[in-house]
Amino acid sequence: MTWHRGRGFAAINYPIGMNLGGDPSQALVHSNPDGKFTVALSSVDLGQGMKSVTRQIAAETLGVPVEDVQVDTADSDTGPHCMGSFASRGTHRVGNAVIAAAREARAVMLEAAAEELEVDPADLVTDGRGNIQVRGAPARSITTAAACAAAQFRQGRTVAGRGIFLLPLSDVDPETGEMSPVSCYAHGAVVAEVRVDDETGEVRLVKLTSAYEVGRALNPRLVEQQLYGGAWMGVSHALWETTEPYYPDRGRYPTCFVSYPMPGPGDRVEHDIAVLERPAPDGPYGAKGIGEMCANPVLPAIANAVYDAVGVRVTDLPITAEKVLRGLREQGGARPRRRPS
Amino acid sequence: MIELRKEFFADERDDDLAVIGRPVQRPDMAGHVTGRSPFYDDHRFEGMLHLVCVRSPHHRARIRAVDAGPAERMPGVVRILSARDVPHNYNTLLSLLDFGRDDEPTLAEEEVRYRGEPVLAVIADSERIAREAAAAVRVNYEPLPPVLEVEAALRPGAPVVNPTYPGNCFEYHGRYDHQKLRFGDVERALREAEVVVEGRYLMSPIEHAPVEPAGALAVPEGRDRYACYTSTQALFFSLGTAAKILEVASNRLHFVGGTVGGGFGGKVDTLHEPLAILGCMLTGRPVRYRFNRVEEMQVGPPRGAEIWHITDGVMRDGRIVARRFAGYFDAGAYTRLTSYAVIKCVGHLPGPYTIPNVHADVYCVFTNRTPASAMRGFGITGVDFAIESHMDRVAEEIGMDPVELRILNAYRDGDMKAHRRPAANCALIECCRVAAEKAGWPIAEAYARMSSREGGGGERATVPPTVTDERGRIGERRPAEPPAAARAPARPPPPVAAAPPSPPPTPPRREPPPPPPPVAGPPKPRASSPRRFSSIFGIRRR
Repeated sequence: MTWHRGRGFAAINYPIGMNLGGDPSQALVHSNPDGKFTVALSSVDLGQGMKSVTRQIAAETLGVPVEDVQVDTADSDTGPHCMGSFASRGTHRVGNAVIAAAREARAVMLEAAAEELEVDPADLVTDGRGNIQVRGAPARSITTAAACAAAQFRQGRTVAGRGIFLLPLSDVDPETGEMSPVSCYAHGAVVAEVRVDDETGEVRLVKLTSAYEVGRALNPRLVEQQLYGGAWMGVSHALWETTEPYYPDRGRYPTCFVSYPMPGPGDRVEHDIAVLERPAPDGPYGAKGIGEMCANPVLPAIANAVYDAVGVRVTDLPITAEKVLRGLREQGGARPRRRPS
Repeated sequence: MIELRKEFFADERDDDLAVIGRPVQRPDMAGHVTGRSPFYDDHRFEGMLHLVCVRSPHHRARIRAVDAGPAERMPGVVRILSARDVPHNYNTLLSLLDFGRDDEPTLAEEEVRYRGEPVLAVIADSERIAREAAAAVRVNYEPLPPVLEVEAALRPGAPVVNPTYPGNCFEYHGRYDHQKLRFGDVERALREAEVVVEGRYLMSPIEHAPVEPAGALAVPEGRDRYACYTSTQALFFSLGTAAKILEVASNRLHFVGGTVGGGFGGKVDTLHEPLAILGCMLTGRPVRYRFNRVEEMQVGPPRGAEIWHITDGVMRDGRIVARRFAGYFDAGAYTRLTSYAVIKCVGHLPGPYTIPNVHADVYCVFTNRTPASAMRGFGITGVDFAIESHMDRVAEEIGMDPVELRILNAYRDGDMKAHRRPAANCALIECCRVAAEKAGWPIAEAYARMSSREGGGGERATVPPTVTDERGRIGERRPAEPPAAARAPARPPPPVAAAPPSPPPTPPRREPPPPPPPVAGPPKPRASSPRRFSSIFGIRRR
């Protein structure tokens, strides 16, 4: 038995949000009398970090500390409409709605501060630490808490804002497929390194090296979490998973995690990730959605790596040991393609 | 480990922001790692009942008779629901976006069309009793020949999978049995190409495998309102779907999500909410309906299979001059969201490359398997596997480095894409360069210097003279009238608010979801008060 090493490359782009648009999301932002803000959404946090990323976006736009913002999600009685958490749309669509709502609330907060300071609201800036100052004269300032309290108890203003983001629905031409699918695209490229056993057909992933372009890394830790986890889902899809191992034969199928194999923590490998940021003109602070695209290039990169290692081109996912071994037998053994590196 | 490569596109970015770009700890982290984040199924209510479905063991069968008597007599069984109890039994998910015809029953009527399709819903004091009672229901099936291959489904004379679409394909624009993409003249370009490379690729179905199986819990919320705690990924989408199926004003429903234990696209289909709420309405008690792991794996929607044929025309210098696709999405028995994925996919072709001649026919095909639905990368993952596998075949065929081949053909700012919109904000070349550099994959200096911002536009910005055709009109491949042998079952009685049966679904005329209906009037007797006879199957209520 011999283990053959190989590596493969793949590159992709990915459309952000529902295809053809027409998928609105809304946000409401309001302050309590202490200048603490609530962002009300009906959007759902699936674990991807929706609450966290919208909180940062709201704090940045309002000009208040992130600790002063809480995000309430997933209640149809309190949160305004959102199409949902899918199609890599959360950060892009909901983030933009939050910016619009936070801008409106910020404007009221600055008007209230201006009235207290007896200046023009256009001359005011926030320092991001809870203060509103006259531009160029930081000594003339009021806290965001005091401004919000004044708005509500003295001036009778609601420090609140509404926001919606909607890409208008696109037509599709039946004859040519002409359409406006989405407004921006994320990008990715992956190098997968594998070892393949020419006696058993077993494929072991050795390492992933990647570059992902995300528009803007709003929170680098969340970006890391998404890219690492998403790419790993791609590995699982490439090498392990299927509910119908002999598709289209419906006869054999898994019903639990014993009969549906997936890699465990011990199967993880190093993933060296570079993140590029080319801001999307209509993204919230330039951000694109990265939830889905990180998995996609991993599948073909692994298929290409297996071919590089032993010369077997598996065109049916997943790339199981059985398929590799059948390929090896058909061609009379391993035929490494590896280019000199 | 991530590395931020700030040197790329620095001039397009303001890196001087206060909170954006900082690794702020997520506020829900402590709850997640200590097991205290609330999931839908962490709610408990006094008197809660449990709903379990009786499911088809056949891929396709006619339902001759149902005998629920023994199940009904079991202690602890409270009620058994059938199709007759569901006010608007037939639905299609994207009807909220005015796309497609209602084609899927909440509970089966005359026929079952996939293994696992729900026929009845048993509501009992415990989940165990509900499962035992569901197993005690006797359904007399007449098995029918199923269609399990997309190619077979498209042949003339194939049994009709889904009578709403007798051609076994979703119908696009009221005109074609597929979605077309036509850009330039592929046939001529293939003839003139120096090398032609063909390939076929298959993506088998996979499971979302969330740690938390999908489910919902409905609770009476006073004054004829119902709260629904749910694992949905799309709160208002699920609320709208439930309101339609149950024929109630949307403001009689209060949907509460929260933390979801993994979705990946598998928690959009709203399979649980309508039945849980219906059970709650008809019993007046809280009702929980959730998948167990077997159901999550085999009844919950998978990422459907896709089959792709790609033919590339290539010049020896590496330029891809033509790319032709035929793609088949295996939707399973009902549309769900696959019709949408096909159009999304067509908008994505030919991948992130500028190719002057592109042609694609992509089909949403019905077969007698578990209805497929959205999953991470929906409409894109399968074809990206095909395209990027194929790129390596092309590279080998013409003896070119695979990374250089991609950089050479990559789309750049100003290029015209096959869906006839100019490319902008591109970054494929930079990703290729950085990934290769990090992995120590040598590429020629000329390619390492290329940029997405240079070399695009000009001639590459034009829409070429395009050859179109009218192949694949609805009914052309397969007769409009199903053959007698298929004996399509009668359609269920048209639901009250159903769209007229004939108008073709036209994606371009999709409208945003309708505004919420007016404030609820008096409750409809049908939905809220128990009826004496609940089933065409002869089930007698207790």
